[in-house]
Amino acid sequence: MPVNYPPAPKHTPRWMIAVTLAAMVGIPALILGAVLVATPLLQPGVLDAALGFGPETSPWTRDLVYVAAVLGLGFLMVNFGAIFSGAISWYERRVAGRIQSRIGPNRAGFLGFFVWIADAVKMILKEDLVPAEADALLFRAAPYFVLVGFACTFVVLPFGHSLAVTDLDVGIFYVTSVTALTVVGILISGWSSNSKWALFGGMRSAAQVISYEIPAGLAIFVPVAMAGTLSMQGLIRAQGGFPWEWFAFRNPAALVALFILFTSQLAEANRTPFDLPEAESELVAGYLSEYSGFRFAIFFLCEWGNIWVLSAIAVTLFLGGWQIPGVTAEQIDAVRGAATVPALAWWGWNALSLVVFTAKTLVLCNVVVWLRWTLPRIRVDQMMGLCWKYLVPIAFGCLVFTLFWQVGVGARPQLEAITGGVLFAGAVVLALLFGRRVRLNIQAVQGDKFDLSNW
Amino acid sequence: MPKETVEQYIGNVTDTVSSFWHGLSITLSYLLRRPITTQYPDRTELPVRDTLPPRYRGFLEVDASICTGCQACERACPIGCIQINLEKDAANPKLRVVTQFDIDEAKCMFCGLCVEPCPTGAIQHTREFEASQRSVRNLTFRWADPENPFPVYKVVKGAEYFPRAPLGSILRARLEAKRWDAPGPEFLPPDPNAAAPKKAGPGAKAAAAKPAPAKVAEAKPAEAVQAAAQTAAPAEATAAPVAPAAPAAAQPDGGAAAAPTPPNPGDGQPA
Ligand code: SF4
Ligand code: SF4
Repeated sequence: MPVNYPPAPKHTPRWMIAVTLAAMVGIPALILGAVLVATPLLQPGVLDAALGFGPETSPWTRDLVYVAAVLGLGFLMVNFGAIFSGAISWYERRVAGRIQSRIGPNRAGFLGFFVWIADAVKMILKEDLVPAEADALLFRAAPYFVLVGFACTFVVLPFGHSLAVTDLDVGIFYVTSVTALTVVGILISGWSSNSKWALFGGMRSAAQVISYEIPAGLAIFVPVAMAGTLSMQGLIRAQGGFPWEWFAFRNPAALVALFILFTSQLAEANRTPFDLPEAESELVAGYLSEYSGFRFAIFFLCEWGNIWVLSAIAVTLFLGGWQIPGVTAEQIDAVRGAATVPALAWWGWNALSLVVFTAKTLVLCNVVVWLRWTLPRIRVDQMMGLCWKYLVPIAFGCLVFTLFWQVGVGARPQLEAITGGVLFAGAVVLALLFGRRVRLNIQAVQGDKFDLSNW
Repeated sequence: MPKETVEQYIGNVTDTVSSFWHGLSITLSYLLRRPITTQYPDRTELPVRDTLPPRYRGFLEVDASICTGCQACERACPIGCIQINLEKDAANPKLRVVTQFDIDEAKCMFCGLCVEPCPTGAIQHTREFEASQRSVRNLTFRWADPENPFPVYKVVKGAEYFPRAPLGSILRARLEAKRWDAPGPEFLPPDPNAAAPKKAGPGAKAAAAKPAPAKVAEAKPAEAVQAAAQTAAPAEATAAPVAPAAPAAAQPDGGAAAAPTPPNPGDGQPA
């Protein structure tokens, strides 16, 4: 035994497994439960009814109450983002470990689950260093731009049937505009660090994010054209619970648009293979080079939290959002009842829709993580070429096709149902073929069996 | 830039799709396989050093009992991380003692050049590699105790075998004493008052330390100590008289303990 270590147990103690599993289940359940309870109740209408506000109440009192409610919701949402990004940072490291035939973090708690808490504590305790020649004010402010750009998306991101902070008429448009604040933050951090690496990173980020806004915006128009609304909830209500009722399968162009949107959002979130602004091997850490301590943590919080945001947007626009198969949104509306606090059945359906939405989003989050450990980083010219030569023209094509498609659907409504069935069947076949391919890959290595042990 | 044909354009798109298909299936298959790494250090079957090949070049170990004091290793080291000092034994002018044999393992690049010229194999690489220390200075291994120098080994003509302690055993004891949570060794006297006698010390110290290794002088250790104290006292007339007294008091014990086992590899940590 090496001299420095006390004899370690051969197995994780039982109580540690219990505590970790409780945290693994409990923390997400707690925060999602809080979202489920708080978001429908802290709405102005419910507050008015509960507190007996009428037209005679002074607007100051009402505003004060509303602001308090909004602050509460904001606190909840930022916490959700922080917890999600922490948990997925652990998950991503574990998956990265498996994909690279190693184990990954495994010390803090069972399966190393508490590593993200340890990371956060470490970051907060570290010195918050501002380089001597940096533009101190901008340098300090930059992370908050990024954080605001990230946190503001939660204003319209739905979690379930009635579980959204608010349902803006211009929901998806609002999302694309507030996420642009992130690039402002990154540019500021790159500029104000007064470091070559940071400046390169910031400039690359500006070029990348602004270019990819265009295909993303065009791809977003496809579901908007199909639903006829910009509101996030409206977009979801225009879809159905079953896969063939999702926008992704109802229109062949929408399927392509889903991939374009997903790719562009990966680029906007600076995820591999588009992590050029950070590019450890070329730019140290890009715009993050000079950051330390809590500000560094904020950047990473947003980066990982953006995985949820981009997956949730893709789910909302193309994959049916929270729609429960077999239950329409109107049926859930109907069981609400007229009382201030909705009926119990309504809560049940809302919880179910929350589960559906979370499950779909987590599947997409998995894809994001999986892509990161599959694809190498692309070059700057390839990144630009991909955007301007492929994504933008194809997205334009998809938009034009969708416009004609909607005319066609108007004339023959069964067209959508047929395409939905055919495309969904095609997707299932592809998934099966893919599974076969994976099995062959596992069998190709002699004696290497399907094995999920040693996590 | 050459013009891209339509086939090339479509070919690029299909290439991308197919490379996604293959790439994702490969990484997913790895996700479903067992990791090949083992958890270090507490889930390995054996301590890792015991699984290393015998010629692994880890930390250096010097067996002072067979070191001839030839300084070949010091000369061979390209980065000078070995420091050896020899002195004549005052009690026995024919005998030389090693008063300093320091290896700075923090500088060492584990090239093995010092091992090659050693006539007796006293300096060897071990398979030890885990020796994180709180202070980088603790990575300087002192194989000779300045207060208790060891006599050089006399090679018997034509000898082919040198009685070496089991490789790694001395170093392991040393590392155990230097555990990161063990009390730190004192390489330099902590209080400035003690620095003055130490500085002028080598002569006085060596003189005082003589009885310990000098087997021949065993008969009259008390006298030797006296002599040492006297030689030191005129030189350090103004220095605190306590300083020479301390080693003098310590010596009889050390001498008695060291006498039966001359090759004493103590490294300056008298109890
Ligand atoms: S291994 Fe090389 S570097 Fe280290 S002490 Fe020996 S000669 Fe010097
Ligand atoms: S360790 Fe070997 S080479 Fe070095 S001084 Fe001693 S005998 Fe000579």
